[in-house]
Amino acid sequence: MAAVHRNNVKESGRIDGQPMLFAHGFGCDQHMWRYVAPRFEDRFRVVVFDHVGAGESDSAAYDPDRYASLAGYADDVLEICRELDLRDVVFVGHSVSCMIGVLAAGREPERFAKLVFVSPSPRYIDEGAYVGGFGAADIEELLDSLDSNYLGWSQAMAPVIMGNPDRPELGAELTASFCRTDPDIARRFARVTFLSDNRADLAGVTTPTLVLQCTNDAIAPVVVGQYVTDALPNASMVLLEATGHCPNLSAPDQTADAIGAFVRG
Amino acid sequence: MTARSDTEVSGEEAVEAFHSALREDDAESLYERAPCGYLSTAPDGTIVKANQTFLTLTGYQRDDLIQRRRFADLLSPGGRIYHETHYAPMLQMQGSARGIALEIVRADGRRLPVLVNSVLDRHADGAPVVIRTAVFDATERREYERELLRAKRQAEDSEARARALAQTLQQTLIPPAVPEIPGLEIAATYRPAGDGSEVGGDFYDIFEIGAGEWVVAIGDVCGKGVEAAVITALARYTLRAAAVRFALPSQALDTLHEVLLRQDTDRFCTAAMLRLCNAGDRWTATVSVGGHPLPLLVRAGGPPVTIGRSGSLLGVLTDTQFHDTEVALEPGDAVVLYTDGVTEGRSGAGFYGDHRLAEAVAGNVGSATALAEGIAHDVLRFQSDDPKDDVAVVALRVPIGPRGSLGVVPDSPGGIET
Repeated sequence: MAAVHRNNVKESGRIDGQPMLFAHGFGCDQHMWRYVAPRFEDRFRVVVFDHVGAGESDSAAYDPDRYASLAGYADDVLEICRELDLRDVVFVGHSVSCMIGVLAAGREPERFAKLVFVSPSPRYIDEGAYVGGFGAADIEELLDSLDSNYLGWSQAMAPVIMGNPDRPELGAELTASFCRTDPDIARRFARVTFLSDNRADLAGVTTPTLVLQCTNDAIAPVVVGQYVTDALPNASMVLLEATGHCPNLSAPDQTADAIGAFVRG
Repeated sequence: MTARSDTEVSGEEAVEAFHSALREDDAESLYERAPCGYLSTAPDGTIVKANQTFLTLTGYQRDDLIQRRRFADLLSPGGRIYHETHYAPMLQMQGSARGIALEIVRADGRRLPVLVNSVLDRHADGAPVVIRTAVFDATERREYERELLRAKRQAEDSEARARALAQTLQQTLIPPAVPEIPGLEIAATYRPAGDGSEVGGDFYDIFEIGAGEWVVAIGDVCGKGVEAAVITALARYTLRAAAVRFALPSQALDTLHEVLLRQDTDRFCTAAMLRLCNAGDRWTATVSVGGHPLPLLVRAGGPPVTIGRSGSLLGVLTDTQFHDTEVALEPGDAVVLYTDGVTEGRSGAGFYGDHRLAEAVAGNVGSATALAEGIAHDVLRFQSDDPKDDVAVVALRVPIGPRGSLGVVPDSPGGIET
């Protein structure tokens, strides 16, 4: 199956523009970019997609072996680039997709012009002097949280939740799949996301990189953003006055401005 | 009358007392003493207001929380990740989130399982103003859910173990690989019924019993599952042992029949056995069949014809008859053995049948592999890849040309009487 179908790739903006590829993180889907990506449609070829298992991707294409490490997700990114013949790509990753971007750019550096990492973390679990922010037991607890919440999230319920008219923010294009993943895939993706260690991969990425860090992020604290910035050979960090792990939703203007200054500059 | 008057007065008093209570039940006590915890937080999650029920549930003092803690700060680390990756995005995107299961870390460090509903209020210009969150104690519900999850996992584990057992057992019923036979092409396919979670009753075997002498057996034990598999294994190994001891396939079938009769089982079996003797680039096949579909012989240019004579079911009646038929196989000749899962493969009300099988044989005579795979593929396609019965096919073919004389054992004795 073609990657563009498998990954529910959507394009907007200028077809002749420089490609900007937005990759969402663990939890939700490409709609995470809906307040940010449109800001670049004037000059860029904007490409968004869903990781396999998320959003409206083809869940049948989920192969536990392929996606047992972030390398499988990086392969998908490169396949999308090849299929759409994207060159000189600005890759914008959120959360776990930052490390997916690290792996993709490490594999095919010539394909990427710039990288933007929103709330990155190369390793969520503390280890020796390294502060990731979590202990191994915390991750097990997260898996429990996933299980608890999927109890009430049966397939049959999704359309009911979707059909509620008293939520004007829920745009018509937003689907019931937002933040809803097959429980088995969600567990596996959570494991891959929160148990991966990509610290050693950072030094090999020489592509100019912007790290966007929230001042108050419970998942990827400032020390982690600083670690990523220091470990990448060619990176700078911008601190966003924002709380939480998703400035693309909570502070879209700041986020888009910072990305804009980096990619248009 | 006096009594009634008293009653009326006390009734009025009761109504008055009720209305008085309602008046006291002002907005503040409705809020503070609501039967759920209630939080108001700034868009960044900072707690700006909490009701008494929330404080009682969590053991915090008001001053511990207001303007000091964010809602996410009160959650377990795992819950915090869930909050950031699912809850907050949903709230931002959809304006509300309902029935989210989280754990609050109480002031004394203990965990409080909660179910949480939130709504995000926005300013007219769309800017988020306040998040209102209702918090329900879900301690008992969570315990119940954990039990459900445990039961679900146990069920899944049991199913996986049963499947693994079935597959392990299945592997004992057919050879791990088809052996190489000098001067003869041979191929086999096997597909158990359904999704493979149950052991089928079909078996086949291919083995050497002497220089240039080989036996091919195929059979079908009635029924499925572990009990059938035990009989299937018995059948396979009995035929092996009997083939070594007796020269004629009919004698081997008779032995299996006797063994099944002595076995304390209702299960019976069908089988077809072929003893192959090599002589130069030719082979002699001696066929015996017990209650099984007759093997098909296909010769260059001709249609497939059955070989052998039908014999008794194995393990049913005491009075049985098995016959031996000798067939000379020339270069280019092929023999196909199969189980009834092939011809009785169903699609709607229709059977795959002998006619379709004959066509599939005629269309795949190029090699033994083409025959075995072509027939199985055609049968499975006929059943939309969801066979209701096991499908087993063994095909052999005498190669044409120089390959036929490769590895031939010289002067191997025929030695088989019919």
